[in-house]
Amino acid sequence: MSQATASSTEAAARMARRRRSIAMVFGCTILGAVGQILIKLGANTLTHTTSPVAMLTTPSLFIGYVFYGLMTVLFVFALRHEELSILYPIISLTYVWVAGLSTVFFGESLGWLRTLGIVAIVLGVAVLGKDGRK
Amino acid sequence: MKTPASSIGLVLLASFIGSFGAVFLKAGAGKLNQGLRYLVLNSRLAIGVALFVGSSYFFVLGVRHGELSVLYPMVSLGYVWTMLWSRLVFQESLTRHKCLGVLLILLGIGLIGLGGR
Repeated sequence: MSQATASSTEAAARMARRRRSIAMVFGCTILGAVGQILIKLGANTLTHTTSPVAMLTTPSLFIGYVFYGLMTVLFVFALRHEELSILYPIISLTYVWVAGLSTVFFGESLGWLRTLGIVAIVLGVAVLGKDGRK
Repeated sequence: MKTPASSIGLVLLASFIGSFGAVFLKAGAGKLNQGLRYLVLNSRLAIGVALFVGSSYFFVLGVRHGELSVLYPMVSLGYVWTMLWSRLVFQESLTRHKCLGVLLILLGIGLIGLGGR
């Protein structure tokens, strides 16, 4: 194999790894949003207690935090092949999914103030991430 | 008001506590190159994790009442605190990007606060 072919194969492999990292971070946003819905579902049953034990023994709350743990692990793996400045802005999509799922699962209505606020936060996190380093 | 101010306060408190967790993790991570066993025997990492657990406790207290589409975005205030501690504790530079990001997040939180009434 010529050297040129070898280096283009290497470049293609690197691109594939980066694409996989980006796909993994999309997965993180889904895991994070679903985890958040589960945490809210659990918290809704705890209106009359502040006990940490009650929290730990509420299944959906517990599973919600397991989702968070999985999200963190997946994010660390994604970081190995792509820069934080690319991945961080994608993470902020979690805010969009949570807002959407809140309307579906809890019948919340967003209204234009909340929608605008979420857009500003997503942009803000994306701009912050642009400055990030690996 | 569908989302009580106390819930918003608890979630903001959680974001404040969690941002200190990040500071301790960063301080602990600096020692990790001395060997992997420092991952376990590292009091700063342990404090960082404990702060995240404490932060989660107040977050759950906060989301017991009120609407998630108001409360969840409030967590992003944590980025603002983290930016502040990075500057004060680790002397990281404040770039234009960072300032713009923080302003947009604060604007967003303000708008959502108004929209949650």
